[in-house]
Amino acid sequence: MDSDLSVRIVETIRARTPARLLAGHNGGAYRTSTQLELRAAHAAARDAVRTDFDLEQHLGRELIQGCGIFEAHTQANSKDEYLLRPDLGRILSVASQREIAIQCSGEADVQIVIGDGLSTTAIAAQVPALVPLLIQGAVAHKWTVGKPFAVRFCRVGVLNNVGDLLQPRVAVLLIGERPGLATAESLSAYMAYRPRSGHTDADRNLISNIHSRGIQLEEAATRILHLAAKMISLQSSGVKVREELPAGVSGQIST
Amino acid sequence: MSRFADLREMFAKANEVKSGDQLAGIAARSEQERVAAKCALADTQLTEILSKPLLEDEVTRLVYDNFDEEAFAPIRSMTVGALREHILSDLTSGEELKSLQPGILPEMAAAAAKIMSNKDLVLASAKIRNVTRCRNTLGEPGVLGIRTQPNHPADDIGGILLAAFEGLLYGCGDAVIGVNPAADSVESVSAILHALQRLVTAYEIPTQTCCLAHITTQLTAMERGAPVDLLFQSVAGTEDANRSFGISLALLREGQERVRDHHRQRGDVHWIGDNAMYFETGQGSALSAEAHHGTDQVTLEARAYGVARAFSPMLVNSVVGFIGPEYLFDERQIIRAGLEDHFMGKLLGLPMGCDVCYTNHAEADQNSADNLLVLLSAAGCNYFMGVPCSDDVMLNYQSTSYHDALAMRRLFHLRPAPEFLGWLESRGMYRDSQPAMLEGTLRRELMGRAEELLRC
Repeated sequence: MDSDLSVRIVETIRARTPARLLAGHNGGAYRTSTQLELRAAHAAARDAVRTDFDLEQHLGRELIQGCGIFEAHTQANSKDEYLLRPDLGRILSVASQREIAIQCSGEADVQIVIGDGLSTTAIAAQVPALVPLLIQGAVAHKWTVGKPFAVRFCRVGVLNNVGDLLQPRVAVLLIGERPGLATAESLSAYMAYRPRSGHTDADRNLISNIHSRGIQLEEAATRILHLAAKMISLQSSGVKVREELPAGVSGQIST
Repeated sequence: MSRFADLREMFAKANEVKSGDQLAGIAARSEQERVAAKCALADTQLTEILSKPLLEDEVTRLVYDNFDEEAFAPIRSMTVGALREHILSDLTSGEELKSLQPGILPEMAAAAAKIMSNKDLVLASAKIRNVTRCRNTLGEPGVLGIRTQPNHPADDIGGILLAAFEGLLYGCGDAVIGVNPAADSVESVSAILHALQRLVTAYEIPTQTCCLAHITTQLTAMERGAPVDLLFQSVAGTEDANRSFGISLALLREGQERVRDHHRQRGDVHWIGDNAMYFETGQGSALSAEAHHGTDQVTLEARAYGVARAFSPMLVNSVVGFIGPEYLFDERQIIRAGLEDHFMGKLLGLPMGCDVCYTNHAEADQNSADNLLVLLSAAGCNYFMGVPCSDDVMLNYQSTSYHDALAMRRLFHLRPAPEFLGWLESRGMYRDSQPAMLEGTLRRELMGRAEELLRC
């Protein structure tokens, strides 16, 4: 904190931006507290990226048993391979494809998939509360909901592979975002109408920044369900489907 | 030439290890094969590189159209190995290297980089000063510029201005005050451009402003009355990669003409030069767009500089660690790429800066960023980024900070751009070319005034 400045100015600035202003300095370097705060934030981000996804540890027994969630993996065999070979993270392993075909009924109105992506911390922080909200909402819409599963070493492109296997109307992929220093807990929901091979980001819709200082879980669930309804009625997704925010939802990222 | 089918294969295999070349399936398969490719490249005549373009598209046509045979004449008989020695020789002055620039193809600059060590890249770059002018002068010996990057996750104007303002207190913002917008809409880009110009006008700061949206968005904002100092665009080394960015050479040409016209119409501004473009690049961007045509990422990066230099930019920087580990896996690869990019750009005549940065899924940290920062400062880099405590709260990656600017200027005895330095001194923020903003009273007074900015 910069002792030269009045509390009022500091509060005004803090309210306006999450940028790390007014840190003061020590010669051409940070103060010790700043130096260590930055290290701590980077450590949280690194741990979120490097920790391997573990079904029970990151989702919890209650969610796993309540929703019958099981674990699948892509063709990447390690975290390093996952980081180096984006192509492998978009295709499910042969064994997982077989498992999914056995466990899931296919052609559901909504299929939820959980992917570790670049933050298992985000999965652990958001998914256990978000998935039940989504399932309740889908049931209220009288939609059929496919059995959810979690994918280890997962990229967004796995949606196409899931679409080819299960032909859901709407697929929702909840995936950990690349962590910044501000938070390692941010989750994204990528959505596609009848995803299939050849689909790109232009065929998908995205609700990002789902975390406690970003988009809150209730709001995220409302927006995901609203978007799913729109996709079903328009029979399309991506650039042709623009998200209109339902009443009471600001869409603003709180800082 | 025996082991390698063509120059493209030799160029790729001569690279230092890069995960992007491995991802593309074109990297050397062993260290001995890598060295064999370097040896073969060192023995390759520059005239052979000239006569056999690695790929053919509008970028190739542009660099050949601009190729100056006369400037090439002094090195025409050289091999790549001889060119490396010529560049590094004590007998070759910076002025001589500058006279060669129009006669060096991007592929020749890339070839020389491939057979240089990291220290060679620093030593060679330090000889070459490429000076540009718009509202101030950048790139002169003894000058280190800083782009402040006061981004905000929701494009909040007050938040942007406060971050920019704090940068000024650290002597940052002479290269440009440049905002990456969260939303690429004409309305929000216009609002940012107007706000930055209000800041520069209110405090009479001799510097450039920029909003780094897509070029078409900036041009539309400009048409509707927003003030544009530097027109920004990301560029890559192939026609297809540029198409994936939504641009062509014709669009860049049109943009350059229109922004220069716009400058002429803004009679209230004191323009001291007509460098009006700002380009960002980075190894791996063509591969990421599946537009690399089997060519390695160092060579394609040099070709991106071939594009940039055709439009007389004020600023060019590689965003070297931003692209991710599938292209540059760890700090060793990022540092190497940063040094290569800076050298190739300087040799080709560009006012090279660098966004020394990393993402949190790369095997790198602030220590590795510190390393590259010091190396590039020694290499005479034109400018770095200034991000509050290095944490970009909109793009979610780490760059260099206002504090880093203080450190590098102190360590290497460097000053801000001369016009900007004059301004800092006139406001009492610098004294005898050293930062004086550290005193409490002055700091309180200046920061207190920042509240006025919030009322806009």
